[in-house]
Amino acid sequence: MSRFVWPLVGFIVLVGFLAFGLTLKPSEVPSPFINKPAPSFTLPQLASPEDTFSPEAMKGKVWLLNVWASWCYACLEEHPVITALAKTHGVPIVGLNYKDIRGEAISWLERHGNGYVLSVSDTQGRVGIDYGVYGVPETFVIDKDGFIRYKHIGAVTDSAVRDTILPLIRELEQ
Amino acid sequence: MKRWWLTLLCAVIALPSWADNGAAEKRMLDIAGELRCLVCQNESIAASRADLAVDLRQQIREQIQVGKSDAEIRAYMVDRYGDFVLYRTPLKATTLLLWFGPMLLLAFGLLVLATTLRRRKSSVADALLSDDERKRAQALLAQTTDNGT
Repeated sequence: MSRFVWPLVGFIVLVGFLAFGLTLKPSEVPSPFINKPAPSFTLPQLASPEDTFSPEAMKGKVWLLNVWASWCYACLEEHPVITALAKTHGVPIVGLNYKDIRGEAISWLERHGNGYVLSVSDTQGRVGIDYGVYGVPETFVIDKDGFIRYKHIGAVTDSAVRDTILPLIRELEQ
Repeated sequence: MKRWWLTLLCAVIALPSWADNGAAEKRMLDIAGELRCLVCQNESIAASRADLAVDLRQQIREQIQVGKSDAEIRAYMVDRYGDFVLYRTPLKATTLLLWFGPMLLLAFGLLVLATTLRRRKSSVADALLSDDERKRAQALLAQTTDNGT
């Protein structure tokens, strides 16, 4: 009897590891930016290209940097959630319009609603690279001191807002 | 004729920069071949046709042009995308298990094997035959050798 116990225990442990492995998301690579200062940039604003924006302007506020593009389907999917977060919960959200064409980005916002404080045009995707963006949409939670506290990869869902993002924002606002 | 000479002259002047470009391009591909494309994780940045890989190859080209070393370029990528971007995992506290885990498992396996063998050996020694049994066994063995041929 006892000679079967240890192989069985080994098997159960192995199954446990494999089952845990199935719950991981290999496409979500942990960001090296968590708890580091948000990289600085100066980019033209989407609505008025002669004006620029830098993250320093948001010092003292807990805000989100949401990477989006008119060509990105998942952005359309998350857009109502992002807009609700801005309008109902009053979270300031800056859009980083990533590798997009200005005219198309503007008409996309007109069609689907614009909850952003403002959007900036990262036509070449340079700032995207500086933020380690590899899959649009991505959303960064940035605290009052300009430190990145959380990164959400992919479309933001209602449950992600309710369970993670909003509690974190409220905590950081304390 | 004069035009031909001019063309040749231009070509000769341009030649070193072409050659240089080729070397820089090869260096770029060497670096990019060691970096994982995050969009399609089983491809290197050198091999991938994803938009981001194209942009990152361009980044590497530009950094080579301004004279950055290979290590500096790799550090630039790690700063942005984390260690995950490197195909050769660096050896540090958080990756110790990854590096030495397989060896630990092997050592554990050998230990289990050694103890099992030792136990089996002692259990064989325990199974001593009585005189009666030995006679029977010898009789049986003799039978098989007789019939065997």
